[in-house]
Amino acid sequence: MKWINRQLFFLDFTLSSLSRRKGKNLALLFVYTVVVFVISSVLFFTTALRKEAEAILEESPEMIVQRTIAGRHDLIPVEYMQKIKSIRGIQSVRARLWGYYYHPASRANYTLMVPERYQHSEGTAEVGDGVLRTWGTLLENQLYFKTRDGEAMTLKVAGTFKASTDLVSSDLILMSEASFRRLTGMPEGFATDLTVKIRNRKECPTIAEKITHLLPDTRPILREEILRTYASLFDWRSGYMIVLLCGAVLAFFIFTWEKATGLSTDERCEVAILKSLGWDIPDILIMKFWEGAVISLTAFLIGAMAAYIHVFLTSAPLFEHAMKGWAVLYPKFKLYPAVSPYQLAVLFSLTVLPYTLITIVPIWKVAVTDPDAVMRYNA
Amino acid sequence: MILSPAIIAMILGSFLIGGFALYASFIGIRILRYWDIRSGSELQLGLERKTYLVSTIFTCLLGFELFSLFLFVYTADHIHSLFVGAMCAAGSLAVNSYGYPSLVVKVTNFVLCGIWLLVNHADYRGYDYPLIKVKYKLLLFIALLLVLEAVLQVGYFYHMKSDIITSCCGTLFSESAGNLTAELTALPSYGMKVFFYLGMTLTLRTGIHFLATGKGATVFSIMAAWLMVFSLASIISFISLYYYELPTHHCPFCLIQREYHGIGYALYLFLFAGGIAGMSVGVIHRLKCGTSLEMSIDLLLSRLCLFSMSAYIAFGAIATYPILFSDFRLEGY
Repeated sequence: MKWINRQLFFLDFTLSSLSRRKGKNLALLFVYTVVVFVISSVLFFTTALRKEAEAILEESPEMIVQRTIAGRHDLIPVEYMQKIKSIRGIQSVRARLWGYYYHPASRANYTLMVPERYQHSEGTAEVGDGVLRTWGTLLENQLYFKTRDGEAMTLKVAGTFKASTDLVSSDLILMSEASFRRLTGMPEGFATDLTVKIRNRKECPTIAEKITHLLPDTRPILREEILRTYASLFDWRSGYMIVLLCGAVLAFFIFTWEKATGLSTDERCEVAILKSLGWDIPDILIMKFWEGAVISLTAFLIGAMAAYIHVFLTSAPLFEHAMKGWAVLYPKFKLYPAVSPYQLAVLFSLTVLPYTLITIVPIWKVAVTDPDAVMRYNA
Repeated sequence: MILSPAIIAMILGSFLIGGFALYASFIGIRILRYWDIRSGSELQLGLERKTYLVSTIFTCLLGFELFSLFLFVYTADHIHSLFVGAMCAAGSLAVNSYGYPSLVVKVTNFVLCGIWLLVNHADYRGYDYPLIKVKYKLLLFIALLLVLEAVLQVGYFYHMKSDIITSCCGTLFSESAGNLTAELTALPSYGMKVFFYLGMTLTLRTGIHFLATGKGATVFSIMAAWLMVFSLASIISFISLYYYELPTHHCPFCLIQREYHGIGYALYLFLFAGGIAGMSVGVIHRLKCGTSLEMSIDLLLSRLCLFSMSAYIAFGAIATYPILFSDFRLEGY
């Protein structure tokens, strides 16, 4: 109890001491907060995107089988389905028809897809919000396409997707199989790839091996692999952002060092008076420790909260292009707020820990100042 | 190398910790060479002031070591999804030959930093810095280990390749793996329980004896050290099994996962607290002989002994809770 009271007195003294030098401390606090804000925005945003990708892939099939020719993805014959189905442990195999369509008017790529059961009539399409927003030549709810042969083709918009699935469906156009084949020129008996559902997840690698033996020109891709790639990708992106920010962070630490070393005459006098009043070196160190802690924690809290607002309430306007990828069609989507203690711990060790270590030597230099020399010098 | 923010933070932290430890050790070398308490020279006064700098650096380093120890294990756990076959930190640490050595050196450093700080605290109780030479010799050794830790940690993250197929707790901590952990898991749980509780009782008994008579500090200290090491073996052998309620899962890392309410944090914190305080009792008691601390240090030693015993009791309680209150019966299998 006595110890706690002592620390509270130190804290009280530190706060009043900080308030006496508002200008200098607010400048430091502002720069520190900006550093925390930028780093935490990167962390929060990439983690939220990673979680979003994981949530989307949760529903995807365990395996995708693609055919490759000369190392490039090629159309897969539908008859391969029968061969794959003969392998034990496989629940179902489905041929998928999908592709991309470049629309010159909007200068953007759209994703075309044939769903398992297309519920609208022939000559219609179901589209994402981003398509309606960007198509450009939308007239009477009809989308004009140019088929592979150069002929014109129109599809009536039969419906749009809900906003909750924006991230995946914004640039998506769903249509019937016949419309898809006519538009893209994909021959009958071929599909883009095959999806395989597997009963026991643990059997995936063995089944993948069997497929490569049975059909040597194919490449099975496991869901686990895609998840792993996404995890690496987002880690890599946020890692690079932080490496790029290193210069700014380093500048901040040099600024901190300068601030802590270049004490004003007032501050030197304050320490000298305290020491001549009977304060010991450890007392000054504790006071300076509290000073650092107050600035660090305030900057940490404000920076992290501002980053939370920036990422989860305003969709991170500062970073979205760097982090999401190249596509410009993505709507203003809201990410599910996902902040874990682990992220905060990483943020803490990227900002507060270096700050604390860097200020130790200047703090010690202040604490061992000879009061007599300071007072005589100032006089 | 995998470039995630956590890994960058760990590498940055290890460089800073290693750098500051080296800086402190340079001051330590000067102190060892030129320290003369009877002198009133400027050099001596400067060195006396520098002892405050070194102890401040080491106080911070201990805090960071604790923080980085848990962050290291948690990061290893977090990145397990990047490796084929890894299900928790056990798999991530096995992806290359730097993982487990890093962890062992990290734990050792944390324990040594704790002991150093307590010796330093005792040293300030004497009017003539009685433990200064021993303290700074120990500091040089710890600084070397901290640099080694930084090298191993950077090596671990640098040689990480995400497409690697690793072995995880299922095989690393299984009875047929043929390594030290396999030996630990294969030990009969009943015998381990007997030794664990016997060790706990003996540690507490020697602690009470020391508190009552002021004698037997070394015995208590040895018991506390032995109990810390044996407890780590017990966690792998039987304590973790009760938390997982699985007779085959011996992983000491899964305990920190959310599914087990992060009970591992409390378990390891109390274990290390008990071990560090307990070992410090013996170290300080041994060093105080023939110095100015002879009379003034007893209260500190009693407090440390009491703290160590309390931490071990808390650790024992956490370890025993599932044994008594869960439906899982290990010996039934």
